[in-house]
Amino acid sequence: MKILVAVKRAIDYNVKARPKSDGSGVELANVKMSMNPFDEIAVEEAIRIQEAGIAAEIVAVSVGPKQCQETLRTAMAMGADRGILVETDEEVQPLAVAKILKALVEKEAPGIILLGKQAIDDDSNQTGQMLAALLKWGQATFACGVEFAGEELKVNREVDGGTQSISVKLPAIITVDLRLNEPRYVKLPNIMKAKKKQLDIFSPAELEVDITPRLKLIKAEEPPVRVGGVTVADVDELVDKLRNEAKVI
Amino acid sequence: MPERESMDFDVVIVGGGPSGLATAIRLRQIAIDRDVELTVCVLEKGSEVGAHILSGAVVETRALDELLPNWEGLGAPLNTPVRKDRFVFLTERRAIPFITPPQMHNQGNYIVSLGNLCRWLCEQAEALGVEVYAGFAASEVLYDDMGAVRGVATGDMGRKKDGSKGPNFEFGMELHATQTVFAEGCRGSLTKQLFERYDLRSGVDPQVYGIGIKELWEVDPAKHHPGLVTHTVGWPMDLKTYGGSFQYHFDENLVSIGFVVGLDYSNPYLSPFEELQRFKTHPAIRDTFVGGTRISYGARAISAGGFQSIPKLTFPGGLIVGDAAGFLNVPKIKGTHTGMKSGITAAEAIFGVLQGEISNPVEANEYPERLKQSWVWEELYRERNIKPSFHWGLIPAMIYSGIDKILLRGKAPWTLHHRPDHLCVRPAANCKPIEYPKPDGLVTFDKLSSVFLSNTNHEEDQPCHLTLKDEALPVALNFKKYAGLEQQYCPAGVYEYVEAEGKMGLQINAQNCVHCKTCDIKDPSQNITWVTPEGSGGPNYPNM
Repeated sequence: MKILVAVKRAIDYNVKARPKSDGSGVELANVKMSMNPFDEIAVEEAIRIQEAGIAAEIVAVSVGPKQCQETLRTAMAMGADRGILVETDEEVQPLAVAKILKALVEKEAPGIILLGKQAIDDDSNQTGQMLAALLKWGQATFACGVEFAGEELKVNREVDGGTQSISVKLPAIITVDLRLNEPRYVKLPNIMKAKKKQLDIFSPAELEVDITPRLKLIKAEEPPVRVGGVTVADVDELVDKLRNEAKVI
Repeated sequence: MPERESMDFDVVIVGGGPSGLATAIRLRQIAIDRDVELTVCVLEKGSEVGAHILSGAVVETRALDELLPNWEGLGAPLNTPVRKDRFVFLTERRAIPFITPPQMHNQGNYIVSLGNLCRWLCEQAEALGVEVYAGFAASEVLYDDMGAVRGVATGDMGRKKDGSKGPNFEFGMELHATQTVFAEGCRGSLTKQLFERYDLRSGVDPQVYGIGIKELWEVDPAKHHPGLVTHTVGWPMDLKTYGGSFQYHFDENLVSIGFVVGLDYSNPYLSPFEELQRFKTHPAIRDTFVGGTRISYGARAISAGGFQSIPKLTFPGGLIVGDAAGFLNVPKIKGTHTGMKSGITAAEAIFGVLQGEISNPVEANEYPERLKQSWVWEELYRERNIKPSFHWGLIPAMIYSGIDKILLRGKAPWTLHHRPDHLCVRPAANCKPIEYPKPDGLVTFDKLSSVFLSNTNHEEDQPCHLTLKDEALPVALNFKKYAGLEQQYCPAGVYEYVEAEGKMGLQINAQNCVHCKTCDIKDPSQNITWVTPEGSGGPNYPNM
């Protein structure tokens, strides 16, 4: 069986994101970028499935600019066997990514597709679900435990207030949550080896996918600054302030 | 250690700053030119090249012109030529324009982000076949049986706080090389060990340092003057303390503002961080930043000893380049050009050595000889008496500097000497506590919200990388005699004296550390040793 794992190049989790001064988006110039942490968990899970002897090959896929090659090299240094970049400098929204992945699924015929539950930049949490709908495959989202039982997958899902256990038939889509595993450190010799692994590059047009954005970003801005608290003398003053200053009652 | 894997290279370079990358680029250029196989590896402890780089920076392109003459065509991020130099003496209320000292004329220089310049140099190096590994800290020097350096080892990953192996533990790697180049920057943790082991500092002055605190601002376009360079001396420093500020307007509405304090300061209550905050409240300074946004913050120590503090540069199996050796031209407040030139020179010497008969241990003696013939030596020799004259205080030093520079042209028949910084601090009982103004949240800020903007992170569960030789000394000596000075000088709030159950103790918040190395330098009893944390830990500076 083959596993397809999708990895996104996103702003690094240590970086404080800042809107551009004209509000047209988030400032990314010379900002540290790295693999979306949820996708790292997806890659790790794929490697563990392979190490358990269940999968034969892991193909990492990324969609975006040329620099996404670095993200794919990281996935390959962790243990993915090869990489595919669908290269575009245009904005790609979740639906477009799902369509691109669908086109690649038709080429590669994987048994499992692993994705992060969401990317930490736009927090959309849509690609896996949209892909499942497009492919008409079963999906197990927010996975915190994955087990194989014959032709079925038993997946524990993080839900409000606890864990839900479901089983899905293969082929299936799994989107992974934070507690599924702890990704391994990338070893230096593996980075060297990853440089020699196969990396194919396609354009969205070659895959015959229309990536035209359906959503328009109107404005990106900082949340309002929290103002300092004040001590009030009594209940009357509190009520007065809530009513006349904060205007919440 | 059999558990560790190893890899072999011709040259391993520790540190992906301007001098290390210049060494790497020059080595591969010569190898390609002569059609010789030569493997070069650069190790960088930051999460990426540029992540730990912090500088003003006004860059003189002399070394870059020699290394990559076509830098403009290759898209080097040098976008803002200096248009105007201003040198100002501040009193508490007034700003008195001075004649700009001749060393500080910046015609032909560029205002840059040194971090971005390094990111670009890294691309050039990789295009030439250099292997750059970021996120790996060289944590140990490896020696062969004959006592020569034979490479470095990267730190283990995944060790827990108590030193035991965590679930994802991986041993570090040994990188073996015929020549190992130490380009760690100011107060490099491995370079410090080499100084001792090979006695490289005997017969030279102690190295002395400064700490630079920098903020990057996006300002109101109406207040932005691209190419404007302003340096100040005077307030808020007293006339006895060495320090001054820089403000550089560059790119699109960006202003770098920073304050440098000589680490030979004597009052333990002094806080370089607070001095920068206070400096910004000056009526001649504040207005530029009103209505602007602070984008980034960070700090780094710099070597300020100059000519008389340059150590022996080579030892069997390797050599030192850049600010790890200390090539900063202090009066010019620039070291990128000299650091890069030292790298270029080292590369040429290393190539000669590697092509010759290799009889172990190899020492690239040609490197210091060539450097002495180069403009670096001449430039640093000329300026050697300026910084030490500041021991006499600002006014006498400025008068002396004028005489030394203009009348004697740097050819004075004497050389002034340095005293180690950690011996300069006086007991708190003999000093006046300093009252710093409270942050206003608009132009001035507190330490923690500042460190937040350096994007600093370290894996929490790892051994503390700020090690104490004697655990009892901080309270017994620093707290009691020096008013807990590490709380003041640390720009990242790493050191905190906390009372618990009636007992005072030093709490080390190593996760906040921005790798400036000030504690390793200034601790009065040299009790703190900075060692490398797990690779990729530390700041993630954008555009610094």
